[in-house]
Amino acid sequence: MNVTLQVWRQAGPSDAGGFRTYEVGGISEEMSFLEMLDVLNERLVNQGEEPVAFDHDCREGICGACGVMIDGQAHGPQLGTATCQLHMRKFRDGATITVEPWRAAGFPLVKDLVVDRSAFDRIIEAGGYITVDTGSAPDANLIPVPKQAADTAFDAAACIGCGACVAACPNGAANLFTAAKIGHLNLLPQGQAERWTRTENMVEIMEEYFGSCTNHAECEKACPKSISIDFIAMMNADYLRAKLKNRRLVGQ
Amino acid sequence: MTLLLDSKIPDGAIEEKWENHKFSVRLVNPANKRKFKILIVGTGLGGASAAATLAELGYDVEVFTFHDSPRRAHSIAAQGGINAAKNYKNDGDSIYRLFYDTVKGGDYRSREANVYRLAHESLNIIDQATAQGVPFAREYGGLLDNRSFGGAQVARTFYSRGQTGQQLLLGAYQALARQVAAGRVKLHTRSEMLDLVVEDGRAVGIVVRDLISGAVTSHSGHAVVLATGGYANVFYLSTNAMASNASAIWRAHRKGAGMANPCYTQIHPTCIPASDEFQSKLTLMSESLRNDGRIWVPKQADDRRAPGAIGTDERDYFLERMYPAFGNLVPRDVASRAVKRIVDDEKGVGPLKNGVYLDFADAIEREGHQSIEGRYSNLFEMYERITDEDPYRVPMRIYPAPHYTMGGLWVDYNLMTTIPGLYAIGEANFSDHGANRLGASALMQGLADGYFVLPNTIGDYLADFLNQPPAPTNAPAFDEAERGVSDRVDRFVSARGSRTVDWFHKELGKIMLEYCGMSRSEPGLNKALSEIPALYEEFKMDVKILGTAAGLNQTLERAGRVEDFFELAQAMCLDALHREESCGGHFREEFQTAEGEALRRDDEFAHVAVWEWTGDPARPQVNLEQLEFENVALTTRSYK
Repeated sequence: MNVTLQVWRQAGPSDAGGFRTYEVGGISEEMSFLEMLDVLNERLVNQGEEPVAFDHDCREGICGACGVMIDGQAHGPQLGTATCQLHMRKFRDGATITVEPWRAAGFPLVKDLVVDRSAFDRIIEAGGYITVDTGSAPDANLIPVPKQAADTAFDAAACIGCGACVAACPNGAANLFTAAKIGHLNLLPQGQAERWTRTENMVEIMEEYFGSCTNHAECEKACPKSISIDFIAMMNADYLRAKLKNRRLVGQ
Repeated sequence: MTLLLDSKIPDGAIEEKWENHKFSVRLVNPANKRKFKILIVGTGLGGASAAATLAELGYDVEVFTFHDSPRRAHSIAAQGGINAAKNYKNDGDSIYRLFYDTVKGGDYRSREANVYRLAHESLNIIDQATAQGVPFAREYGGLLDNRSFGGAQVARTFYSRGQTGQQLLLGAYQALARQVAAGRVKLHTRSEMLDLVVEDGRAVGIVVRDLISGAVTSHSGHAVVLATGGYANVFYLSTNAMASNASAIWRAHRKGAGMANPCYTQIHPTCIPASDEFQSKLTLMSESLRNDGRIWVPKQADDRRAPGAIGTDERDYFLERMYPAFGNLVPRDVASRAVKRIVDDEKGVGPLKNGVYLDFADAIEREGHQSIEGRYSNLFEMYERITDEDPYRVPMRIYPAPHYTMGGLWVDYNLMTTIPGLYAIGEANFSDHGANRLGASALMQGLADGYFVLPNTIGDYLADFLNQPPAPTNAPAFDEAERGVSDRVDRFVSARGSRTVDWFHKELGKIMLEYCGMSRSEPGLNKALSEIPALYEEFKMDVKILGTAAGLNQTLERAGRVEDFFELAQAMCLDALHREESCGGHFREEFQTAEGEALRRDDEFAHVAVWEWTGDPARPQVNLEQLEFENVALTTRSYK
């Protein structure tokens, strides 16, 4: 099949940037979207033009490194699918496809389709963990976790940190990302001791870098792991309760 | 032989060695730990867990990853699970049985003492991860669930749906993030190690290129830990992530670290077959699928009917036929070779006839759609996204692909390489899996090394250097290494040949897969050893790299990695040639039984082959470490 790509090219953060049009012919519909970009890059190098920079690594939808806007949609048209798992059979022969980087103030552009998502690491550092020094853990079966709680915690923990939620959000908010980690840890018995400080600290660091949530729910649609916005509601409830909670009594 | 290979295996009965060792090594007192700087390269299970734990202990830690975040390391893609000898299922498991299974699964080519320690620490890993909030699968009563895995007759594998590696890595990453926030770890992202600095025979630092600015800088420490993973990408098509590479361990090898058993590679039986020539990587389907899926091909060659139209009596369930006791759960090396033989016999299925069926119809009928969905839904969805076929209705097609490398830097019982002060952990070292790794054991090893082994052994080396600052980064050894890196980068960016880096990588991969893959022979390996240097020369003359040394240049990054693969590939072939026997993942056609199974030669090859850099990649020097088996009797593996 043949497609026409309109790709955002930008040499660096201070460069103006703009779209370039490339015809990519003779590709197979069995190819993944990123393999199609590989083919484009091989051809560009052979023609003496610098290849398009894009982040990617595992190519099986789990590392969270890849992600571009495809025709205005984060990770493209297929629900619950990261860019690397999207295949060309989802496009029609002769289609024109627009490819852009994540666009959000919290993710400054590095080059072409590559952005800086390190603000996500700052949110995790603010409290996205359970404090347990290596060696001090009790036997794993000492604390039973009800299956439903464990399964729901897992649903949240499935987040791959790709940033599609931020890119899809009209406000550039990172609430789904933050809520997924808070939901994962706050649902488990092991996470209760730090529940209120964790929620407060993570939400407040999130707000330093990202916009505010106004319940558009675009994030849920864009999420390659289909993480539910229910977790945002849970985070909001916990944030409110954290403000009222007397920390000396949380052990009760 | 010029490398000093003192394995430092402690005295005593196998059960006591680790406890004895922990008591006999020197310690660094808590107030002194902050005076020692430790550099850790890589943030997968090994690197992240080691960095977090060493920082908790009080050491001054700096961590380097070429990714934009520590959470991207390829440990994240491990699907099936992690073994631990908890015996929660009351099915006869024990530390000793896990130890025994691992030594046997590795085809008696690993070090007993290391493997026993690994089995022992497996219990602590599950406790630690659970306390961190890793959401392992649970029973309705709230306790942890287990499943069985290849090469074992007990259910000892803990799992988080099909994303166990992700959850364990996020646990380690979060522990690391806590230390970064506390200011006890300095994190360098998008920073790739391009050389090791050795001064007076000791590892004293590394040279790093900032992938965003292109700046080349030196970093010095009292010890350097490489947790940089494996090198299966030497085959180009593998299940590894695109950027996984051998450069850190290979640069260390060039500086004097012995490279052990480089030919030991694992070809994983259950991967999605390649669909076309543009394929950039292969995707693994977790081995856990073999618990419920039955592997078969049509009995008749070139049978083009749809799988549903082929009756049970017209199907060959060849693993169940050949290995009745273990059936579809034979170890990976055995399964992969059986699949290859069937496909070579022209019994393959699919449009390119390059796969075999993995069929869930019987399991769905027996246990119900919902039960199978609960176990494998995310794997089935991933399969459907890639192939556009629904495995609930049509059997999956699978074929073996390079997946894991058991070889790696030689380390002693303390995980120190032949360069004092340089440690290698996780897949980057060679130590625990022998010639074949059992499923669900890689996560176990990475975390055992990082959480529990290295933090207990590194003090023994550091104790000598109390109150000595790290080497200054303006010392001649650093200048020289930095200049070497800059010169190499300049050489690449001035290359204006006619072929792309990926073209060379693909060609190298074809040679390696053909002659140094699932089946190897003397003539084939010799052919590879004549073709690889020729292709390497062509690479040096004719590679085309655009862009500059300053700023983000992804082609430049790949060029260095591919160049190192050219040298490593030769070591792999030489090692495969040296090992005149078949064992585990290493199958030499000249050494097989009448039934076509691997023929080990314990009298001559119960050793670790440790290769020493001589300056010429075609002529490394081999050194041997004899393996002693005091607990497990060497027998021919049988899974019948």
